[in-house]
Amino acid sequence: MRVPIGWLAEHVDLPGGIAVEELDNAFVRLGLEVEAVHRPEEVTGPLVVGRVLEIEELTGFKKPIRFCQVDAGEGEPRGIVCGARNFAVGDAVVVALPGAVLPGGFEIASRKTYDRVSDGMICSVRELGIGEDHAGILVLGDDAPEPGTPARPVVGLDDVVIELAVTPDRGYCLSMRGIAREMGTGLGVDWRDPGALTPPAWSGEPAWQVTVADADRCDRFSMIALEGLDPTAPTPWEIRRRLAQSGVRSISLAVDVTNYVMLELGQPMHAFDRDAVTGPIVVRRARAGERLTTLDGADRALDADDLLITDDTGPIGLAAVMGGASTEIGDGTTNVLLEAAHWEPTGVARTARRHRLPSEAAKRFERGVDPEMTMVALARAAALLAEHGGARVVGTPVDVDTRGPRPTIPLDADRPGRVAGVPYPPAQVVELLAQVGCAVDGEGAPLTVTPPSWRPDLTDPADLVEEVVRLAGYDDVPSVLPTAPPGRGLTETQRRRRVIGRTLAEAGYVEAPSYPFVGTAGLDALMLAADDPRREVVLVRNPLSEEEPALRTTLLPGLLATLHRNLSRGQRDVALFEHGAVFPGGERRPAPLPGVDRRPDDETLAALLGAVPVQPWHVAVALAGNREPRGWWGPGRPAVWADAVQAARRVAAATGVELTVRAGERAPWHPGRCAELSVDGRVVGHAGALHPRVCAALDLPARTSVMELDVDALPAAPVPVGPAVSAFPPVLLDLALVVRDEVPAAEVDAAVRDGAGELLESLRLFDVYSGPPVPAGSRSLAYALTLRAPDRTLTSEEATVVRDAAVATAAERTGAELRG
Amino acid sequence: MSGANDPYDPKQVAALSAEALDDAVTEAQKAFAAAGDLEALAAVRPAHLGDRAPVLLARRELGALPPAARSDAGKRVNAARVAVTGAYEARRAELEAERDARVLAEERVDVTLPWDRTPRGARHPLTTLTERIADVFVGMGYEVADGPELEAEWLNFDALNIGRDHPARTMMDTFFVAPEDSGLVLRTHTSPVQARTMLSRTPPIYVVAPGRVYRTDELDATHTPVFHQVEGLAVDRGLSMAHLRGTLDHVARILFGAEAVTRWRPSYFPFTEPSAEVDVWFPEHRDGPRWVEWGGCGMVNPRVLVACGVDPEEYSGFAFGLGIERALQFRSGVGDMRDIVEGDVRFTSAFGVEQ
Repeated sequence: MRVPIGWLAEHVDLPGGIAVEELDNAFVRLGLEVEAVHRPEEVTGPLVVGRVLEIEELTGFKKPIRFCQVDAGEGEPRGIVCGARNFAVGDAVVVALPGAVLPGGFEIASRKTYDRVSDGMICSVRELGIGEDHAGILVLGDDAPEPGTPARPVVGLDDVVIELAVTPDRGYCLSMRGIAREMGTGLGVDWRDPGALTPPAWSGEPAWQVTVADADRCDRFSMIALEGLDPTAPTPWEIRRRLAQSGVRSISLAVDVTNYVMLELGQPMHAFDRDAVTGPIVVRRARAGERLTTLDGADRALDADDLLITDDTGPIGLAAVMGGASTEIGDGTTNVLLEAAHWEPTGVARTARRHRLPSEAAKRFERGVDPEMTMVALARAAALLAEHGGARVVGTPVDVDTRGPRPTIPLDADRPGRVAGVPYPPAQVVELLAQVGCAVDGEGAPLTVTPPSWRPDLTDPADLVEEVVRLAGYDDVPSVLPTAPPGRGLTETQRRRRVIGRTLAEAGYVEAPSYPFVGTAGLDALMLAADDPRREVVLVRNPLSEEEPALRTTLLPGLLATLHRNLSRGQRDVALFEHGAVFPGGERRPAPLPGVDRRPDDETLAALLGAVPVQPWHVAVALAGNREPRGWWGPGRPAVWADAVQAARRVAAATGVELTVRAGERAPWHPGRCAELSVDGRVVGHAGALHPRVCAALDLPARTSVMELDVDALPAAPVPVGPAVSAFPPVLLDLALVVRDEVPAAEVDAAVRDGAGELLESLRLFDVYSGPPVPAGSRSLAYALTLRAPDRTLTSEEATVVRDAAVATAAERTGAELRG
Repeated sequence: MSGANDPYDPKQVAALSAEALDDAVTEAQKAFAAAGDLEALAAVRPAHLGDRAPVLLARRELGALPPAARSDAGKRVNAARVAVTGAYEARRAELEAERDARVLAEERVDVTLPWDRTPRGARHPLTTLTERIADVFVGMGYEVADGPELEAEWLNFDALNIGRDHPARTMMDTFFVAPEDSGLVLRTHTSPVQARTMLSRTPPIYVVAPGRVYRTDELDATHTPVFHQVEGLAVDRGLSMAHLRGTLDHVARILFGAEAVTRWRPSYFPFTEPSAEVDVWFPEHRDGPRWVEWGGCGMVNPRVLVACGVDPEEYSGFAFGLGIERALQFRSGVGDMRDIVEGDVRFTSAFGVEQ
């Protein structure tokens, strides 16, 4: 809502010399957020009202030119050349005299042009920087001040416009009337309600025959008829100026007046060309197959829920939202039906949304319009059309009014104080509610409060509490820290997520959260098979990008995109991690939408919660370049598949879980360099190098390695049991075993452990060797064993027994041979 | 030299004379002093402290003395031996110190050489700041609640007094999920966790719910379609706006310094009433001290309590939602939202592991 301060000052006695900043603050305190302050563009030097005395038409140029004698209040008229033709002798205009500087640094000087000396300039709206209109020069109305009067205030060049963000509960603030009330209250100054107007007593036949067939959706429908409108009458400058300041385009006098009254009183109206309306008007819902071409030229299929204004020909208006083209006010319209009604907000919202028509009218009706204003607004518009367009009201107005009594709200006088923590005296509560416009019956307890007609948002005691606290001022609320009962700290899941992040960061990975949106191309690049479950996605109906309309089922597309971004920005060694939710797709039941007047019953609640898909928490890493950089200590160490596997092991270990690693095969990994990660036989993730074709498709370096793990699938770790630490000396021995290449080290490792038994304290693979003398197709795995007994110093005989047992088990299970 | 069995003849036992012993000590001191390094010292040691060194030979002669003379001579010999040993030890300590000084000097390295063989990782500042905020609340006795990002429409809207045709619902810029009747949305705020918590617990309730939320905004310097909030909810007997203010002031002071306070501007959220926008006074702002928008707050609308099964006559509650991106932007002077979301390691690395 744009509020021209000059217009506001017409209704509110703003303190003299009040600064824009003070107004700004006052709006904010009232809960009207100031989005912007629009100051007019700078115009300096002499700018005055002038009156055209003579017009001499110049010919022989490429276009018709006028040389005008203009009274600028200086005694002698000035000669001014002008290319516009939309004015006549006697018109009041705005003249920039030599020495004036218009917006854009346009300096006005006396100069010779079209064979005449032009001693100034007659200005258009655009030249003055107060609007876009450049079809002709600005012609002021008959009420323009004397020639020579400074024109800056007349054209609004001194007028600041404050643009407010009005919250959806405050529909009444989408009008000067509502803003004036708020500002008068907020500043504690006198103000006048422009809606406090008594319509004249018209007489005669009813203006038109009207039936409202859906009183639930329209509880008041008012209409007057006007005849004798001069279709050529221009809209007076004052109205055009305020429309422009409010961001509304000027169209024609009839339309401009309805818009102007809407801005002033908050009551949207519609003007029909009366001669185009055929037969009685009926307000009803749309019927199957009905269509309507609206004012914007769109031919719309109507929904059975759309409320219409119809005549004998069918729909002539989409109620509360937009009028129809067939009854539009045209260049020749002299007879008008003016409609002002009160529509049910949610129905308006549905129609506006359905037809994507967030019109100014719909915006107001959705948020609530004062139903008392229909006749007032019609009277106001009729007066303006009479004054500026010669129109006269014929017959008596139609006013179909089926409203019930306004509801009352009981309110404990001490409730606002309880809610705010501020002891407001009851008298203050009553006074503040009265300022809002409420009628308060303070006789009994609780108070009986009748909210004003323009505040349909006030329905509950809590709404009244808010008004009291707001007007008393939020700054009055003290600061008191409450005491919460003892809490239980973080859950295991929350601790786990934190430790995973810290572990990977300490291991050199940088966290890189990405948007969870993916597209088919991204999944294709990962070489996912057609039936890969990761292709079963949840689709967003209104995605930001049509290329990425789905929610991720794996963290890899986003993470690899971030990796690529970093590489393309000149990084060479990058190790990233991300953890977050993924969104598996698949068939599921719709979530129910129970009522809100009570807690849903257990069954409905279970269905509701059950319809929300499980969103597992994954962690992933991606590495490219060197894992350890080149330095003065020597060459760098490239990141390889094993780093990705190790990242998974570290993550699992940090959560107290040990992963089982074995060779796996899964997109997007290299089939020979993919580790399948499992716990207790359940696969929880994969790690390794990317498939070379995936690297190529994503423009990533060869051997880029990744890991992805389902954190939620990791079992909860038991409370660790502290081991008894032996103080006896260890026996250290090395063991080299030759196994076939296809035997996984993990199996040899397990066999050695099992064979060595309880005396084995630790086992470490310290070398892997292939080449002579190890036979081709085999390799040598060298282990360092630490043996130790809890209760004695081991003898060399005991150590030999352990060693032999380890070798024997390895030989039996893996075909390992002790290397000589 | 004479053996132990030789007959006693004091004149022949010259080795025990004071002069001889003094000479031996002097000789030893000279020899030790002359030794230029530990090896030279070791080389001369046997001549003065070895088995055949004068002071040790002298000691052997003691047995040949008559008991009356033995005591005096013994003291002299011992003194001489102590003197020689002392001289040796002193010289050795001196030479060792010299050697150590030399060797340690030779072993000197350039300690300014880098050793970043394992590169430093980092956690995203949104993560660490979120944890920091959560920890403040945990310290106050709150618990941390979680909710899904893909959420039931009823919990995201209806339960929070945002009816189907409410203008606020269309203003939420919601991502809807297929199919049309799925009843699911990408949550537009962390407030559905309020509803989940009240539906699953009984008061008193004190929870915070950090998390990721979604609005259909295009990414630019000040907007991102995917962002983070921390939701707070307290439901208890007798809670008022004063308690809400006290809580927010406390958090503001911890996060933004002792001078930080909050300011409220009246606003509207369907799920709170009264409602306010929260600004925080941030003295350390890179453009000078100022009020910065931080989030929204209010008293839980009784309609929300009713929909979630809490008796509004018995309990009241307050709730707030704070923007993490916004807090990060002004707390750490981040000018462009895109730096927060793009995952550039240069940005994130600056924040380290624990921020």
